[in-house]
Amino acid sequence: MTAAMSPASRGPIDEDVQELARTWSRPPGFWGWLTTTEHKSIAKRYIITAFTFFLLGGLEAATMRLQLGRPENSVVGPDLYNQLFTMHGTTMMFLFAVPVMIAMGLYFVPLMLGTRNVAFPRLNAFGYYTYLIGGAFLYISFFCNTGPDAGWFNYVPLSGPMFSPGKRIDVWAQTITFTEIAALVGAVEIIVTTFKHRAPGMSLNRIPLFVWAMVVMSFAIIFAMPAVATDSLFLALDRSIDTHIFNPAEGGDALLWQHMFWFFGHPEVYIIFIPALGMVSSIVATFTQRQVFGYTAMVLSLIATGFISFGLWVHHMFAEPIPVLGESFFTAASTMIAIPSGVQIFCWIATVWTGRPRFQTPLLFVLGFFVVFIIGGMTGVMVASVPFDLQATDTYFVVAHLHYVLIGGGVFPLFGAFYYWFPKITGRLLSERLGRWQFWLFFVGMHVTFFPMHTLGFHGMPRRIYTYLAVTGWGPLNLVASIGAVIIFVSVVLFLVNVAKSWRGGAVAGPNPWHGDTLEWATTSPPQSYNFARIPVVVGRGGLWETPDEQPVVGGLRTDTREVLLTTLLDAEPESVHELPTDSIWPFLLALCMGITFISSIFAPWGALVGLGLGFLPALGWAWPTKPPQPERISPERAS
Amino acid sequence: MTRRTARRDGVTTQSWCGKICRIVSLSLLGGICIVSLACEREKREFATSKPAESSYVPTSGTLQPGPTMVQSANGQPLNIPVIPATDGPYAGNAYGIAQGQRLFDQFNCSGCHSHGGGGMGPPLMDQDWIYGSDAAHIFATITEGRPGGMPSFRSKLTTDQVWMLVAYVQTLSGHGRKDLRTGRRDNMQMRSSEQNTQTPPPHAVGTQ
Amino acid sequence: MNSFCLVMAALAQPLPWIGEHSALDPSGTASKHVASLWWAMFWTSLVVYVIVMIALGYAAFRRRTNAPADATSSERLTPAPRSVHLTVGIATGVTVLILFIVVVTDFFTARAIATPATGAVHIKIIARQWWWYAVYSGDTVPQQQLSVANEIHVPVGKPIVFTLTSRDVIHSFWVPNLNGKTDAVPGYESNAWFRADTPGVYRGQCAEFCGLEHAKMAFTIVAESEEQYNKWYQAQLAPAVPTTDSLRSQGERVFMTGTCSSCHAIRGTGAGGTLGPELTHLASQRTIAAGTLQNTPDNLARWILDAQRIKPGAAMPSQELSSRDLNVLVAYLEGLR
Repeated sequence: MTAAMSPASRGPIDEDVQELARTWSRPPGFWGWLTTTEHKSIAKRYIITAFTFFLLGGLEAATMRLQLGRPENSVVGPDLYNQLFTMHGTTMMFLFAVPVMIAMGLYFVPLMLGTRNVAFPRLNAFGYYTYLIGGAFLYISFFCNTGPDAGWFNYVPLSGPMFSPGKRIDVWAQTITFTEIAALVGAVEIIVTTFKHRAPGMSLNRIPLFVWAMVVMSFAIIFAMPAVATDSLFLALDRSIDTHIFNPAEGGDALLWQHMFWFFGHPEVYIIFIPALGMVSSIVATFTQRQVFGYTAMVLSLIATGFISFGLWVHHMFAEPIPVLGESFFTAASTMIAIPSGVQIFCWIATVWTGRPRFQTPLLFVLGFFVVFIIGGMTGVMVASVPFDLQATDTYFVVAHLHYVLIGGGVFPLFGAFYYWFPKITGRLLSERLGRWQFWLFFVGMHVTFFPMHTLGFHGMPRRIYTYLAVTGWGPLNLVASIGAVIIFVSVVLFLVNVAKSWRGGAVAGPNPWHGDTLEWATTSPPQSYNFARIPVVVGRGGLWETPDEQPVVGGLRTDTREVLLTTLLDAEPESVHELPTDSIWPFLLALCMGITFISSIFAPWGALVGLGLGFLPALGWAWPTKPPQPERISPERAS
Repeated sequence: MTRRTARRDGVTTQSWCGKICRIVSLSLLGGICIVSLACEREKREFATSKPAESSYVPTSGTLQPGPTMVQSANGQPLNIPVIPATDGPYAGNAYGIAQGQRLFDQFNCSGCHSHGGGGMGPPLMDQDWIYGSDAAHIFATITEGRPGGMPSFRSKLTTDQVWMLVAYVQTLSGHGRKDLRTGRRDNMQMRSSEQNTQTPPPHAVGTQ
Repeated sequence: MNSFCLVMAALAQPLPWIGEHSALDPSGTASKHVASLWWAMFWTSLVVYVIVMIALGYAAFRRRTNAPADATSSERLTPAPRSVHLTVGIATGVTVLILFIVVVTDFFTARAIATPATGAVHIKIIARQWWWYAVYSGDTVPQQQLSVANEIHVPVGKPIVFTLTSRDVIHSFWVPNLNGKTDAVPGYESNAWFRADTPGVYRGQCAEFCGLEHAKMAFTIVAESEEQYNKWYQAQLAPAVPTTDSLRSQGERVFMTGTCSSCHAIRGTGAGGTLGPELTHLASQRTIAAGTLQNTPDNLARWILDAQRIKPGAAMPSQELSSRDLNVLVAYLEGLR
């Protein structure tokens, strides 16, 4: 199945490549765009959609900072303010952070693994359309004054039927359903692609750290998302068909909501954070021109972080009437999770120490990540302690902490990754000069905005308040924070300008402008629809840094159908060949039917049944066999 | 909106303009319908101080019988179609109706009317409106009181509070859209929630 | 070093323009323990952070280059020297040790601030949207049971134990100077306590998002000597001051015949409403509307006339009163000492 090829003497034959291009490309026009199952196209849409939501969430934050800049301000009233902070949290957590991380995985995991597409291409498209419909639904509702207004965490009984009249909270509950399905789809794709679709020779201990991070994130999604989906289902039932799940007077429990929500909610932030760790590893390796120190320790740290993150959720509930002994377990776990993160930081510092750092924009963002995230991590260890948390929770101290870890630990690596991989996605480099300006403005703005909030929290300022009295003395620091928000706003505008200028006008990037080692740099920028003309065979962890003179490649895959090679789990020996489906409209139609199901159920519970019934039709179309199944071709080595 | 084509992988791609225009126009069409209803439903109106003479003071007389007659000579209900009630200021507003429910509970309307089922006072869930089902009539009933035991609440409630009660009371008898009605209360349950009560019968069972 | 200490000490003081509350200006037993814990964690974190930043900075700058990357360099794959392995191992070990010490310190602090079984005063707090209702249990004598709204007096130097619950949604009872917060959850009775060591007026605020006016749900704790506390208590127990002048009588009539008496109670009169705070001794309170306004006649008039403009969504409706009625009403209420 594999054949050794010298790149100089026997490159891929032109006709083969042309047929490959024809097989893997999509039909022209809007129809092609709607029906494509190509992972890079779908990932790009995810990224653009998620970034649009990031901008919308940022505008909501800017409005809030405008309102809080002065005591007893009247920019927005309590009702709109409550909607704003709810939308800001929901947008950033559900519509931006998780989808963009999944998107980076969907784009780069197949490339880094040396395969042509994700494991279930049509499911991938379905996931995107579901996400798009959910996000659009939330924002259309918001513009119709039906945006949720009880916080992104939506505690009952405030969000229950008695204290939140109208349909605002039902909109939130259904948005969760959409985004949760999309996240689960992305997680399944990444896990199966990583376990079964790797290039031959890429054993588990040769998988890039970015891919490991994506796999850990995906497992966390699979275990965490159902909790919030069930929680929001319970709330929707309470609100629409009069169940008493959260009604204390009839045997329900208000704290049940919190347990289920935070069982999801805590892993959620690690779902956002762990892929960022993978991005940091990629950038540190490339920009110090050195393999990351301590591969095994790094992988185990990622897994430990993901695993321990499921044992922390009660630290969001320390102020609730729950047993103190129980709380102490969560203090211990919340402190313990700092250890694998610490190990990773030490390994990265060791990599930088032994490497030759080049301070280009991606590395600047990674250095910024260290500076900002470690502060957030330390305040995190502080709020892990119950006595201290009882003073700090639900105040601006926690707002400061969460933004330090999410922006420092999530957005900084993400911007670094944008600068790092923009040349691969578009074929053009982003401007270094604008990048530096953006980095410094963002870094400074971030500190100016969020550092004073630590003090505000100590001085008694609770969260989620639309105004405050002058006598409290919170005015000056709030003004400083609002000025910082303006600085952040300018930096994001700069980023947009940079992207707009560079998309078509930036310097042309070759296949590997940064001399990276992972496989995505082994193909053109942007990659062709088929990713690689020939699937490479991996010989070591060093990737492109240890390419032998005679690079072995995979031969024997058909070019007239969408064939991919499946390999074994541990050592990635070739196992079988699998044919992926062609482009299809059914994912889009099924997503539409799901949309009808969930949205109509808000207004009439029976609407869910109608929608599900309708959905049977595209599901049927999806599953309808199109041609006789090809016999799976087993590689000669396995058959014997 | 030019069609710029670019060759990539031998595939022509439509310009972004066309795709976005199509999506936007479809969404706008669907959105317009939802907007008008939703905005009104979800408004949170805070009735700030108005002068004592409000424009909503009803001009109808206070003791006129309503448009529906309840029974015929042999005590059997007449098959007279109910004239649809007109709406007060909070009729399309879920928040106002929920406030009306809060006031209904807090001012102990249930003491005589139970939770719509009636007791000492007539049921509010059925279609019999002895003193009229118009918003203005119900407003008058609450503010002026009625013979038979309905006390006057003029001195106990502000005008806006009464209008909220009017809006809520109308939902008890099935008037108005389902999406406006209140859900279950966070109390021990006395009845199914207003949003899930089937269209109430013309006459409540067991009333005089 | 001296100036650094001075700066740190200055930062630790409540900033001069800060109002009454700060967790770093502890006046209670419990909050003092927490403040100590905070400073211990803060200094430890600062030292660790500086060390890590120095390591990172040195690592980043010492072999920094602008030269283009060498595509054939074998340096990229060579294993790191043993000293690097050792350093990373030691750093990890030290991290584990420090975190362990932090956790142990935390557990000791938690024990120190655990709610005592009994207190000198036992108060039941019923949180409502958007005000606070406090019931003093009165030493098991029913006639001595007192209920007040939003302004809670306590004797200094004695542990005060609270039982918290809510009538509607989740609220949180928090006085930064005195102790951490405890949530008031409907269907639950949670326990909280504090001991005020210094007499003073401490501001608290609801710290769990509870709806439209969560921002304006404050309360006041007045910690005073035992003697003053008892005097206050007995004064609060007394029924309302009877009206003697005609102005206040007119105001009383406005109160009784208008919408006020359907929601508010004044002990010693016929007003028995339970929906809003009791107003028997309204004039003795420092603030109105749950800490939203100072208690002055002007503010009271503004609040009565247009509560919805000041606190939109509150249960208190804006009133339709003529200015004459409003004036006599305010005169009546301001006489309720």
